[in-house]
Amino acid sequence: MTEPVIYQLGSPGREGVRLPKPDVPITPLPDELLRGELDLPEVSELQAVRHFVNLSQMNHAIDKGFYPLGSCTMKYNPKVNEDAARLPGFAHLHPLTDEDGVQGALALMYQLQEWLAEIAGFAASTLVPAAGAQGELSGILMIRAYHLSKGDTKRTKILVPNSAHGTNPATCTMAGYQVVELPSDANGNVDLAALRAACGDDVAGMMITVPSTLGLFDSQIIEIIHAVHACGGLMYMDGANMNSLLGIVKPGQLGFDVMHYNLHKTFSTPHGGGGPGCGAVACTQTLKPFLPGPIVEIVEEAPSVSANGAGAVNPLNDAPLYGLRMPPQSIGRLKAFWGNFGMHVRAYAYIRAYGTSLREVSRHAVLNANYVRVKLRDQYRLPYDRICAHEFVLEGRFEGVEGVHALDISKRLMDYGMHPPTNYFPLIVREALLIEPTETEDKATLDAFIEAMRKIADEARSDPALLRDAPHTMPIKRVDEVRAAKQLILCCRPVPDWAHQAAGD
Amino acid sequence: MSYIPHTDAERQQMLAAIGVPTIEDLFDAVPSAYRFPSLSLPEPVGELEVMAELQALAEANDHAGDFALFRGAGAYHHFIPSAVNHILLRGEFYTAYTPYQPEMSQGTLQAIFEFQSMIGALTGMEAANASHYDGATSLAEAVTVALDVGRRKRKKIILSPGIHPDYRAVARTYHQGQGIQFVGDQSPASVDDLAALLDEDTAMLAVAYPNFFGQIERFAGLAEKVHQVGALLVFVANPLALALFKSPGELGADIVVGEGQPLGIPLSFGGPYLGYFACREQYVRRIAGRIVGETVDQDGKRAYVMTLRPREQDIKRDKASSNICTNQGLMALAATVYLALMGKHGLRKAAELCYHKAHYAADQIYLLRGFSVDRSKPFFNEFVVRCPRPVAEINALLLERGIIGGYDLGKDYPHLSNHMLLCVTEMNTRYEIDSLVECLRDVK
Repeated sequence: MTEPVIYQLGSPGREGVRLPKPDVPITPLPDELLRGELDLPEVSELQAVRHFVNLSQMNHAIDKGFYPLGSCTMKYNPKVNEDAARLPGFAHLHPLTDEDGVQGALALMYQLQEWLAEIAGFAASTLVPAAGAQGELSGILMIRAYHLSKGDTKRTKILVPNSAHGTNPATCTMAGYQVVELPSDANGNVDLAALRAACGDDVAGMMITVPSTLGLFDSQIIEIIHAVHACGGLMYMDGANMNSLLGIVKPGQLGFDVMHYNLHKTFSTPHGGGGPGCGAVACTQTLKPFLPGPIVEIVEEAPSVSANGAGAVNPLNDAPLYGLRMPPQSIGRLKAFWGNFGMHVRAYAYIRAYGTSLREVSRHAVLNANYVRVKLRDQYRLPYDRICAHEFVLEGRFEGVEGVHALDISKRLMDYGMHPPTNYFPLIVREALLIEPTETEDKATLDAFIEAMRKIADEARSDPALLRDAPHTMPIKRVDEVRAAKQLILCCRPVPDWAHQAAGD
Repeated sequence: MSYIPHTDAERQQMLAAIGVPTIEDLFDAVPSAYRFPSLSLPEPVGELEVMAELQALAEANDHAGDFALFRGAGAYHHFIPSAVNHILLRGEFYTAYTPYQPEMSQGTLQAIFEFQSMIGALTGMEAANASHYDGATSLAEAVTVALDVGRRKRKKIILSPGIHPDYRAVARTYHQGQGIQFVGDQSPASVDDLAALLDEDTAMLAVAYPNFFGQIERFAGLAEKVHQVGALLVFVANPLALALFKSPGELGADIVVGEGQPLGIPLSFGGPYLGYFACREQYVRRIAGRIVGETVDQDGKRAYVMTLRPREQDIKRDKASSNICTNQGLMALAATVYLALMGKHGLRKAAELCYHKAHYAADQIYLLRGFSVDRSKPFFNEFVVRCPRPVAEINALLLERGIIGGYDLGKDYPHLSNHMLLCVTEMNTRYEIDSLVECLRDVK
């Protein structure tokens, strides 16, 4: 099954929309500034709709089947949250509307800031970062700004465990820091001796994922935090795995200084095929002045006496006046305007629905992961066979079976109608398969996955070619990635050779 | 809980399989002093109450559904065909992740490939990536490419003051602490003024098209000057304007970035939007972000896959030039569906409608006593009006009559106090424009 490229579907002169005729006098266009023909498709509305529906059906998605992609938290995305983000008062709200006219939006953002601070045990938060990676950049730049504000210029290093997400070291480099990679010990924890040896007055801080990317709570986390603080460094928590911590432990109480959330993981804003997300950042009172902005603040307290009767569901009754303000020593802007507001609405709806029962999310995420883990341990090698958090890693290889890899298991899983786990991450595990079921999957779905994984283990021994040639039921077979990189076809339209044209003038 | 499907019986079966008596026992590794803190959050509620609360919050806002909107300044109210939203609501698209497994995500991959193709066509560039977070971060990433092309020896970045103020601020945030010098945008500067700053230390020069004031500046000869010193020419372009005006490729750009929001993405109080990024093919191996390429599968069938992956953070780690991993996938899809529906003819017509309506409005306001319109340069759908009174006062009067007036330029440009940036799109009817003009006539 292939679907033609949209350009191949059109016919010259066909139009997909009808726009109104001008209701004002025509102003002559400035000929010398105009472009020639615009190379866009010429399709009908039905052609376009069919094309994109056909494309959609070539995807796997949470709405379609199990998606145990480790470190990505592919949980159900409630439909009502989509409706909420599309309410006209949100969808058609201009970001530069005067503050008096956006109090509903600001009340929502303020409340979400407060909730995110509360859930992680911090004093403040910002909703500006567009993704986890931007949250990381915020946090590390805040750490940098904090040290510089104290006149401390000698700190040039950030410590990062070797199990970290690739974004962590990349972020440090972007922020101008040198990365010191720390080894893990036999239990998958940070090697404490190596950490202590690396700590010194040139260390600006440490980035660490809790629970770790292996899906393990590091039982020495307090010692780690103390060691880094003792040398004057600050602690950054990568919150990618917050889905196991809601109501379980507050990073701020553990002693972390700053962290990011992924609202598109923990709080179920949809992944959208790779964004948009939101990498909200929470921090201590000490770091609050450095947050990227603007953030929502109360600029005028609410009147103290309630003027309104009870009963009405209106969070703006007796509300203070909110405003968008830059924190005093802010690291600056990370984005135009105020962040991915549409994601803020969805996350608000999600947290509001769960409220105090948010803890159930993490309890069941961890229950599901451990259930799958114990059901697979006799068929797959578990490099760290202990109680896990919301995800766990196993090795995609079998004793005595040559030439079957984690990739082959992944591809074969597609034939069972399931998305593969994250493969080849974390890098410190051979043939890693990182499995995260999430709390929204029921036992029957988990059992079907377990059954599929066990069958695949049998197939690996009885008919390894079945795995190596997988998938067999997808729209395409395995792709030639080398050819894609070598022959580099990134657009299907010819582009005029401007450079050559200019040289020929 | 409605989103957690477990029954008591299932919980017990699962705990028995794991071999622990309670769920709490799964958290022994968390230091006990900090385990299970209280959460100061509201009581749980259902869908009904959540929606009622959000509706109240939404209705408290002055939005373009209730007001005639004449504000742009980087975010634009345009017509979006219904089909765009219906496609975005396909669960197969919006509940999928990044297409790491090509066999299971050809839909997303082909849509991104089509997006790249359309962005290439609009900008006149040979290559485009799968998108960045927004126009501002696209510019910041262009700076990274230019510094890289300049082998990190060239430290000077020239920015036109006509680039959106937020974009310039974001470029500075991204590149703080790297000894980079941003120049050119601290005071009014013409294209010639900017060109005069070029030297052997310059990594790039960036201009806006149209600029923040809606104007189309003249760039004749600029590309030659920039290339003569070995720097890159970057255009920050409104993609809808490109339906009408010469492509940046034709004007000699090396990289074209900008905000894709005008292409089928609602205002949504400033996000999520869509940073597009296009460049000449020679730079494609240096750019950040996801890129989709065409290839074949084992049977020789055409297929798409994320390519040039070794540039990215998950492989290159601390040697990567950017930490970006997600793009704005769903927003790129919105733009792709929008561009497919609008097509060759519709996009041009929408751009022309913007042009004609904005010029009609400008002509009417020009005739008003006390107001003057800057007509020194051609403009697209925004223009600058000098007002007889502070912009905030005028906007307060307009609001009473159901109109959201222009952006107060004095906020970003001190020399432009009492100057308003008005935006007119195909969404503004003649009646709205005439009402605006009438209201302004009453300003004393």
